[in-house]
Amino acid sequence: MNEIIGYAFIIIGLVFDMFGCLGLIRLPDVYNRLQATTKCVTLGTCSILFGTLAIKGFDAIGIKASMCIVFLILTAPVAAHALSRGAHISGVKLWDKSVCDKYEEDKKVNR
Amino acid sequence: MQNRSKYLRWCLGLLGVSSALFFISTFTIPSLSEWQSPFLSRCFFILMLCFAFCLWRIFRGPTPADRAVAVDTLGILIVGFCAVLSISTGRSWYIDIAIAWALQSFIGALALAKYLEGRGFDE
Repeated sequence: MNEIIGYAFIIIGLVFDMFGCLGLIRLPDVYNRLQATTKCVTLGTCSILFGTLAIKGFDAIGIKASMCIVFLILTAPVAAHALSRGAHISGVKLWDKSVCDKYEEDKKVNR
Repeated sequence: MQNRSKYLRWCLGLLGVSSALFFISTFTIPSLSEWQSPFLSRCFFILMLCFAFCLWRIFRGPTPADRAVAVDTLGILIVGFCAVLSISTGRSWYIDIAIAWALQSFIGALALAKYLEGRGFDE
């Protein structure tokens, strides 16, 4: 029973990883690519690690996997936010069909 | 002319995806086959396809920000790869490698973001 639940979580995680990397290939812009990869790949890898925890139970592998889940959930959004801010400051243009750019308006107001 | 090259690229992509699916569904890694179940070898091949996508984005990225995003994604994927390896071998130090890799990927992403902002590291 535990193995079935764990393999189901691993399959969900692989599907999320696959779609995230497909978005990294196909989307037109840095910010769109960042949105696809960060959400999909973080959730997919956390799902794979949760499947590891469900298969192995609470031995050495499972406890280390749960620590790794907590660490990934804490750090991956921070890294993605810093990368998008750095890209915007370094002057990467948005896609020409993008609707709004709140950060640029905010910088103009504060200047 | 534009239309024809578009159709040609679609056909090439379809051929690539179908050949990758055939490769995933038939092959296993021969040198690892004594501890490898068929399901986990499929997991390895799907993750390797994701690695190939990330490497393609690192190779072709128009701006440095694209390459930084792809490197960050590659680091997170390697964590999942180490988790699948630890299931299939039953050795716990692969998860240690995964934790260390997540840590260094986070620090590397922050350093790349600082570099993209154009500031020094001590500000």
